[in-house]
Formats: sequence, structure tokens, C-alpha cells
Amino acid sequence: MNRFRKEFLKGIIISNPVFVLALGLCPALAISISIDNALGMSMGVAIVLLGSNVMVSAIRKIIPNTVRIPVFIIIIASFVTIIDLSFQAYFPPLHESLGIFLPLIVVNCIVLGRSEAFASKNSTFHSIADALGIAIGFMLALLLISLFRQILGTGTLTLFGNELLSLPGLADHPMTLFILPPGAFLVLALLLALFRRMGVLKNE
Amino acid sequence: MNELLSVFIGMALVNNFILSRFLGLCPFFGVSKKLGNALSMGIAVTLVMFLASVVTWFIYHYILAPFNIEYMKIIIYIVVIASLVQIVEMTIKRTNATLYNSLGIYLPLITTNCAVLGITLINTQENFSLIKSMVSALGGGIGFLLVLVIMSGIRERLEISDIPKSMKGLPIALITAMLLSLTFFGFGGMV
Repeated sequence: MNRFRKEFLKGIIISNPVFVLALGLCPALAISISIDNALGMSMGVAIVLLGSNVMVSAIRKIIPNTVRIPVFIIIIASFVTIIDLSFQAYFPPLHESLGIFLPLIVVNCIVLGRSEAFASKNSTFHSIADALGIAIGFMLALLLISLFRQILGTGTLTLFGNELLSLPGLADHPMTLFILPPGAFLVLALLLALFRRMGVLKNE
Repeated sequence: MNELLSVFIGMALVNNFILSRFLGLCPFFGVSKKLGNALSMGIAVTLVMFLASVVTWFIYHYILAPFNIEYMKIIIYIVVIASLVQIVEMTIKRTNATLYNSLGIYLPLITTNCAVLGITLINTQENFSLIKSMVSALGGGIGFLLVLVIMSGIRERLEISDIPKSMKGLPIALITAMLLSLTFFGFGGMV
């Protein structure tokens, strides 16, 4: 149980996929324009990660070593297809705004990376902990980036269509730059630098 | 002709793969430290994007669409791309040893490059014809190559400049990418 906790906690901060490992940057920057998108995307990644980690660790002893990567990719692609179709059926607006980044979870380095580095060597039980930890770490990173981008870029904060916060002044004249592509690069750069300055992350 | 030109410019400059669509960021930050490597990687990616677009176009229109199994496209496309990368690698190894040595280590990485799967999905989504798919893949690849080369030139200079400790490495590269991305907005009026 102790090890379960350790594997779970490590993904959240010590090896946070976005801030520490710099993996999965494409979706993290592309869809982080609103909290809703961030939640949807991280839910998709979490389900795929959990599914693929469980599957890979369950059959890890019967996969021949030479073809393991193609096998992992096929497993991941199957889960992504399931997610893609389910989102299309149950959350059409979310499916629309995530666009091609939902199918692109297939080539998300986080998912394949966990299969290769963790699930193919560890038991199913610990792989579940690993998947949950990494998924929550990814979700926190996405939420943090999109929080800044949505508030600065639109002056408001909405969750599932309900307005939570509207900043007077900023809402009428938002800094549109932040919801445009350059804003994504800027927010991630400053967050990384801030974390390093605070000593949460190591300097290079 | 005009239409093809606008697809090409749209893919290469206006909606640049790296700077505005955020596709292929891993190789962008990983490989763009040296000019030579960036050039090799860019060429390899462009080649695979082009081949993948052609092959997936035929598969989509002659296999997936007639049998109504479009939902299988994610799995089929990734398998096609993985095998294509393998074939390209073997072909280059047999025919051109110099090229193989310079591209060698980057080729297997291309399978998990989202720019390649991205272009095939975009072509399918936009319902492009074969010619348009080819042009859009070339445009996307050349845009990727262009930004990778520009970035590597800048990063070679960043290596020797005095940067605050906590900004070194990835943060300053992201700031550079932000400035490049702002600059590329200037192309917005072209299409």
C-alpha cells in the first residue's frame, strides 16, 4: 500500500508530466484556452492512460520484446478511439472544441512513455497508481495554464457555461494575446521560470 | 492553382504547425539546439508527412469510406505511419548511407510526432482532394522545417548569452517561440 501511495504521489509534483518532464506539451498549450477544455482533455488522457497502463501491465509477460512499441501503440489507439466516439456521443461541444487533439492523444508522449517506462515492468496494481498520479499531475498543469489564459485573455472565468468570475475592466478590454497561440508559450514559460525561482523545480 | 497556393501558404505560414497549431512541439524543443540536426529532422518529417498524406488518402477513400468504418481511422492511420517510417528508414539505409547517418536517429521518433498524424487527420477532416492533401502536407512540412531552422539559429546564440538562471533552457526557448509566433501573425493577411 505504501508503494501504491508513492507511485501515485510522484506523478503529481516530483515528475509532473508537463512542468518537469516537458511531455505532452502540444495538447497542454493548444487546448488550454478555457477551464472546460482543460478538464475535458485531462479526462480523456486520464481514461486512456488508465486503460493502457492496466492493459499493458496485464499482458506485459506475453508481449515479445521486439514488437512491444507497436503493440503499445495499438492498445493506446484502441482506447483513444473509444474516447473519441464517447465524447462525440455524450459531449459534442467539447468534442468540437478539442478538435484533432482528442485523436492525437495516441501520439501523446505521456501515454506511450508510461507504457514503456512503467507499465511494461510493473504489476497492474502499481500501474494503476502510476496512471492516476500522472493523470492528476497533467490535469493540474492544464488547469493552471488555462486559469491564467482564460482570466487574462477574456477577463472572465466560466465553468461548464456558468460564469464564476468577471473582472471589471478586464472583461471589457481583455488581453486577447493570452488566448492566442503566443499567450500559451508565454504563460508556460513564465510558470516554469517561476517554479524554478521558487525552488519547486531544478534549474538547468 | 490559386486555391492550391492558398492551401500551401495557409499551412506553411498562416497556420504554422508549430507556432499556431501546436503540433510537433516535442522535436521542436528537443532537436532545435543545433542547426544541422534541425535541418535533418525537418526534411525527414516533411518527407514522412507527404508520404503519409498520400497513403492515408487512398486508404480513407478506397477502404474506410466505402465500408463505412471511418471510426477506425485513428488506429489505421497510426499503423500506416509507423510502417511508413520503418520503410523509409530501410530504404534510406540501403540507398544513401550519408543521408541515413545524418537522419538515422531521428527517423524512429517521427512515428510519435503529432505533426504527422495531425496532417493526415486535418486532410481527412477538411475533406481535401488528393492533390490538395499533397500540397497541404508539403506546406505543413516546409513550415515545420522553416520554424525549426529559425529556432535552432536563435538557440545557438542563446547558448552563449547571459540569461537569468531560472529562465535557462526550456523557459527561454518558450519565450523565443512566443516572439516567433507573434511575428508569424504578420502572415495572417495573406490568405
